[in-house]
Amino acid sequence: MTGMKHLLSIADLERNDLEDLLELSESFREVTQRDIPKVPALRGKVVVSLFYEDSTRTRISFETAAKRLSCDVMAFSVSSSSVQKGESLRDTVQTIEAMGIDAVVVRHSAAGAPNRVASWIDASVINAGDGCHEHPTQALLDLLTLRRHLGASLDGARVAIVGDIAHSRVARSGALAFAALGADVTLVAPPTLLPSTVAGWPVTVSHDLDELIPELDVIYLLRIQRERQGAVLFPSLREYTARYGLTVERASRLRKDALVMHPGPMNRGVEIAAEVAEGPASVITEQVTNGVAVRMAVLYTLLGTGAPVV
Amino acid sequence: MSELVIKGGRVLDATGEREADVLVRGGHVVAIGVGLVGDETLDASGCIVTPGLVDLHVHLREPGMEEAETVETGTRAAARGGFTAVVAMPNTTPPLDDPAVVAAVLAAGERAACTVVSAGCITKGRAGQELAPMGELHGLGVRIFSDDGDCVDDAGVMRRALEYSTALPGAVIAQHAEDSALVAGGAMHEGEWSSRLGIPGRPAAAEEVIIARDVILAALTGARLHFLHVSTAGSVELVRAAKARGLPVTAEAAPHHFTLTDECCATFDPMFKVNPPLRSDADVAAIKAALADGTIDAIATDHAPHPTEAKERPFEEAPSGMLGLETALALTWTELVEPGVLTPQEAFALLSWRPAAIAGLLERGQGVAIEPGSDAHLCVFDPSQRWEVDPQRLASKARNTPFAGRTLTGKVRHTVLRGKPVVIDGELT
Repeated sequence: MTGMKHLLSIADLERNDLEDLLELSESFREVTQRDIPKVPALRGKVVVSLFYEDSTRTRISFETAAKRLSCDVMAFSVSSSSVQKGESLRDTVQTIEAMGIDAVVVRHSAAGAPNRVASWIDASVINAGDGCHEHPTQALLDLLTLRRHLGASLDGARVAIVGDIAHSRVARSGALAFAALGADVTLVAPPTLLPSTVAGWPVTVSHDLDELIPELDVIYLLRIQRERQGAVLFPSLREYTARYGLTVERASRLRKDALVMHPGPMNRGVEIAAEVAEGPASVITEQVTNGVAVRMAVLYTLLGTGAPVV
Repeated sequence: MSELVIKGGRVLDATGEREADVLVRGGHVVAIGVGLVGDETLDASGCIVTPGLVDLHVHLREPGMEEAETVETGTRAAARGGFTAVVAMPNTTPPLDDPAVVAAVLAAGERAACTVVSAGCITKGRAGQELAPMGELHGLGVRIFSDDGDCVDDAGVMRRALEYSTALPGAVIAQHAEDSALVAGGAMHEGEWSSRLGIPGRPAAAEEVIIARDVILAALTGARLHFLHVSTAGSVELVRAAKARGLPVTAEAAPHHFTLTDECCATFDPMFKVNPPLRSDADVAAIKAALADGTIDAIATDHAPHPTEAKERPFEEAPSGMLGLETALALTWTELVEPGVLTPQEAFALLSWRPAAIAGLLERGQGVAIEPGSDAHLCVFDPSQRWEVDPQRLASKARNTPFAGRTLTGKVRHTVLRGKPVVIDGELT
């Protein structure tokens, strides 16, 4: 873990890297619950959030995490920047770096954009979601949430990720992360929403959610983007919900201690019933809370001196 | 009249090979033999002397994208790569669907470092709907018709284009075989790597469905049909079957499709983005086998220059295409001849006389046997020289080679066009 410069994808991390980050996240979770939830660990460090796609929770979560570590935070807004004047991604990040920064948090609609940024600048790069590729801090906050309920190891846990796997960076990072900690991951979707192959993925695939439901420890629903409806990927949202939605009826067949997760934002009534999202099995709000602690751990790992957190 | 002698090399052409000097005068070969002398000497000791190479597939970017390449710079790159003739593809701005635009490209080619023949569009504006003035373009010497960069998707339009071309002697319809609906939004080969990287895929099937369809249309119309940049194992099978039926179908493959795979895209570097995309190991193996058994007729570069800034973007947003002219022969030698996939003669057949035949260039003295009376378009190749590809040292205006830093075996030493050296000891004259 020492010497880790960027966080670009879960695929770059080993099990012990993930465990180290989760241990550190636990201690930052404690910090976030103090009366004054702030430590001077990264005082003087400058973190820029560079979001080329709209985001509410991820952006605020990163900025909150950076501020709780006493970083200076600069938010770059694409809509009011030189990007609107045609400035390239490379020129933009090199301009920002010239102002003296330590890390840049990148969200982009194209897969691998953070990898490109990392090849152009010296500062640390954190992937906050790139196209359909990865969303590593989402996977880390999901792991933190799971381990607080299931214990430090996920060995043997049955996890189903349900929804638009093909277009989901959450699914790519999640499947790798859950499997790395020992979970038995099944991707559930109509064939049109699965990648053309899952060769190289540590997963199995199912098209039948009803068959799996009683065996699951965790069901992870993905957001169904309404615009996919028109792209010949499935006939209608109604049919999607009937076959793959976590309806009240389906949720009633989950094991009593099973957990329901969703990365947000939710389409209530499509992939998840409102009652289920609010129900006792749901840990969706906890996921959001854990996001701050996990992002503090990531920033601290990339930018910290290694000194203990106080 | 001054005489040039190419001394001490091994002459290799479609008729065979022999140790011999080649004496050139007035644009023609005048003697082959031992101990020839001339006013000027090009040393060819240890080298192979062949007919100049012919590239069926080059994007010279003129008119419209001169920041990436021009007829002048692109043909300088060609000469350095040993080419003495290139076919300029018509996806320019404006496109080569108009006699005046074609005439302008040909005029620029008159002053260039290699012979330039222009392809012409199949359809107006490359829009895939109405036929371009193929007859008028044919009158200017156009033989290869293509909407390259885009596929002629509409089967009805393709059928009529094939039919119409049969009245134009020597005309060939050259298809960019990628079904637009099946590749929509895709940026790399659809497979294990696209799935892992989250980059939308372009399936092999997109290429194969068009090849299968067009083979059937070629049978229907009797037209000459050429497939550009064939890249998949399935495509190779379809072309092989079409040839076995005796259909007048030819195919080319690009060097990057027998040297690189989709795994290269794992770096997210758009230098590896190209259409059709870099494929799997199995596809690369099939392309090599098809080059060896004659199923594929030509190695063509699909030389596609782009300005540096255009490639300094995220993978999905960057334009497709890579340079090829200055590395094609060395890649062929390093990846196919040295490992024993091709004999030297087979390699030069794929790079010179077979593409010359497809483009109707044998009649213009390209790719012909080196004998007294033949036009002196020659390539002198040193098969033992090892060199590292340095993008900054390319003659092309662009720098987008995926082979930067790769060490290759074999380098073009001299190139002779119409009896005049245009490259001497690897440098343009």
